[in-house]
Amino acid sequence: MAAMRSAIEAKGVTRIFQSTGSDAVKALDNVSVTIRENEFFTLLGPSGCGKTTLLRLIAGFDFPTDGGIFLYGEDIAPLPPFRRPVNTVFQSYALFPHMTVAQNVGFGLEMLDRPRVEIEARVDAMLKLVHMQDLKNRRTSQISGGQQQRVALARALAPQPKVLLLDEPLSALDYKLRKEMQVELKRLQAETGITFIFVTHDQEEALTMSDRIAVMSAGKILQVGSPWEIYDRPTDRFVADFIGETNFLIARVNGVTSGKANVTLSSGANISATIADGYQPNGKATLVVRPEHAKLLKGAGDIAGVVENIVYFGTDTHIQVRLSEGGPFTVRQQNTRNGGCGFAKGDHVGIQIGEDAAQVLKD
Amino acid sequence: MGTAKETINRFERADVRSRWLLSAPALIIILFAAAGPLLVVLVYSFLVPGSYGDVKWEFSTDAWVGVFFERDIFDDTLSFADAHLTIFWRSIKLSMATTILALIFGFPTAYFIATRPERTRDIWLFLITIPFWTNVLIRTFAIQEVIRNEGVVNSLLKLAGIIDQPIPMMYTDFAVLLGMIYVFLPLMVLPLYASMEKIDFRLVEAGYDLYATRFRVLRRVIIPLVKPGIVAGSILVFIPSLGAYVTPRVMGGGSNLMIGNLIELQFGQGRNWPLGASLSIVLMVIVMIAMLIFVRYTDRSDAGHG
Repeated sequence: MAAMRSAIEAKGVTRIFQSTGSDAVKALDNVSVTIRENEFFTLLGPSGCGKTTLLRLIAGFDFPTDGGIFLYGEDIAPLPPFRRPVNTVFQSYALFPHMTVAQNVGFGLEMLDRPRVEIEARVDAMLKLVHMQDLKNRRTSQISGGQQQRVALARALAPQPKVLLLDEPLSALDYKLRKEMQVELKRLQAETGITFIFVTHDQEEALTMSDRIAVMSAGKILQVGSPWEIYDRPTDRFVADFIGETNFLIARVNGVTSGKANVTLSSGANISATIADGYQPNGKATLVVRPEHAKLLKGAGDIAGVVENIVYFGTDTHIQVRLSEGGPFTVRQQNTRNGGCGFAKGDHVGIQIGEDAAQVLKD
Repeated sequence: MGTAKETINRFERADVRSRWLLSAPALIIILFAAAGPLLVVLVYSFLVPGSYGDVKWEFSTDAWVGVFFERDIFDDTLSFADAHLTIFWRSIKLSMATTILALIFGFPTAYFIATRPERTRDIWLFLITIPFWTNVLIRTFAIQEVIRNEGVVNSLLKLAGIIDQPIPMMYTDFAVLLGMIYVFLPLMVLPLYASMEKIDFRLVEAGYDLYATRFRVLRRVIIPLVKPGIVAGSILVFIPSLGAYVTPRVMGGGSNLMIGNLIELQFGQGRNWPLGASLSIVLMVIVMIAMLIFVRYTDRSDAGHG
C-alpha cells in the first residue's frame, strides 16, 4: 500500500444551527476524522446524525461554527465552494434542466475557463466512462433516473476533483439499479483514483463498497474502521446495533490477558472475548455476539433457552430463542438441502458461543 | 364488440356536448365583451367624424391616412405626421425603458423574497401588493409630490445647500418613466417571484460546486431558470406601459404624450372618433408585434426543453 497521505482532515469540527424561537441544534459536535488519499470512505448513520452536514462543510455549502477542515494540509473551511477542488454528486442529482447532458458534464470545466477543445475531449471521455456517450445531446429531462445518476457522476468527475463527495446518490434508484451502481461506483473509484466520500444510511451499501466507514450518531463519530472492524469489532452499543443484527449479553469481566478478556456470563459459563479499543475495566461489561457466530445445541451450551420462533430466509434460518435468564437471542444457521433446521418451536436448547465469537464493548 | 364501440361513441358525443355547454359562458363573454367592441372600433375607424364627436355613417379612409400622414391645409399634399410618429416612438421607447428598468429593480426584489424563509415570504409579497390598494391616480400624484419643483427631493437638496435652483424633473420623459416604473413594478415582481420560488436551490449549489462564481451562477443557472418569469413579467409591464394614459398625463403634462393620451385626445377635445379608433388599432398591432417577438424569443430558448 502507498503511503497513507490524508486527503481530508476534519479537526474538532462543530456546527451549531441557531434558529430564532427554538433551541440551538448541535449538528456536529467536535468531530475529528482523517480521510486518506484514494480511499472509498463512507459516513454511515441514521438521518439527522450529522453525516450530510459534515459533507456540506467539506463541499463548502456551509461553514463550521468551530474547527478546521483541511484538504491536503490546507485549511479550506473559509473558502467558498467554487474555490475548492472538491465536487459533489447530489442526492437529487441537481442536473441543470436547461442544458444537455454534454453541457452539464462540461459545465465545471467551462467555469474553470479551460479551452473548448479540452472540454470537448474531456466530456467525451467522461461520458464514455459512465457509458452515456450515446445520449450526450439529450436534455436531462429526457433520460431515466439511472442515466441521470451517471450524468451527475460524470459531471462531478469531469473537473478531476481531488475529492468526490457523494450524498446518498443511490437512494432514489430501485433495488436492481442500486446494486448495479454500487459496482459501477467502485469501478469508477478504482479507475479514477479519486478519494470518494460517500454518505449513506444504508449499512449494506456501506459494508460492501467502503474501504473504511465512520459510523455517526447525534453529531458524533462513534467508530472509524474497515467494514470488517465495524461489523466484527464494534466498540459501541450503537454501532453494534445499527449495523447488522446483534445479540447483547451482560457479563462480568474476570481479567484481561494478551488482548483477550475472560468473562463470566450470567448463566455462569466462562468464555473468552475480544475487547473493544478504549474499554475501561470496571468488572461489568456488555458483550455482543453476532447471530451467525453462535451455535445452537440440542443439549447444554454456555447459555440455555427455549426456541420461540423460526424464520426461514433461503440461504439461512434465523432461530429466535428466549433465554432462561430473560432477553432474546437470535442464532443464524446456514441451510442445507436436507430441509429443516433440526429445531422446533418450544425446544429447550443450549447456545454455544465459540472461542472467537464475542466482543466486549467499551462501555 | 360493435355495441361496445357504439356506446363509447355515444359517450364521446355526450362528452363533447357537455364541454361546449360548460364553455358557453366564457364564449359569450369573449364574444360580447372582447370581439364585439373591437369590431365596433374597427368599423368606426373607416367612418367620417361627426361635428360634435360621434361618427357619420360614410365610408372613408381619411382616419387611417391621418394616422401616418398630414394633409397640408393649403395645397392638400401629404407629408408624414411627425407628431404622431414621434408619439409612437416615444411610447415604444418609454415602455421598453420601463420594462428593462422594472426588470433590473424587480429581479433582486423577487430574488430577495424567494430566498426568505417560507414563513416570512408571504409578508414580503403582501408588502409588494400594498400599492395596488390605492388608485393609480393617487399614487401618481404622490410621486409628483416627491419630484416637483417644490417637492420633497428639491426641498431637501436646497436645504442641504447642494442646489440653489430646483432641478426641473416634472413634465419630462424621466418623470413619466419614474411614474410608470413605480406603478408597474409589482407586475414584474410577482411573476418573477413565482418562477424563482420554483427553482431548486440545489441547482445553485451545484453551480457553485462546479466552480461557477456568484455572477456566473446568476448568468448561467438562475437567469435561464427564471426566464419564463422574466418573459411573463416583461409582457405584463410592457403592454400596459404602451397604453398607459394616467401616468403620462399627470407626470408628463401636455407635452410628453404617449399613444394612450393621443387616443384620449381624439375621443375628447379632438372630436375625431375615427382617428381615435384607428390609433387604437395601431396600438393593438404594436402590442401584437411585441408579443410575437417575445414569444419567438422564448420559444427559441426553450426549444428542446420538453
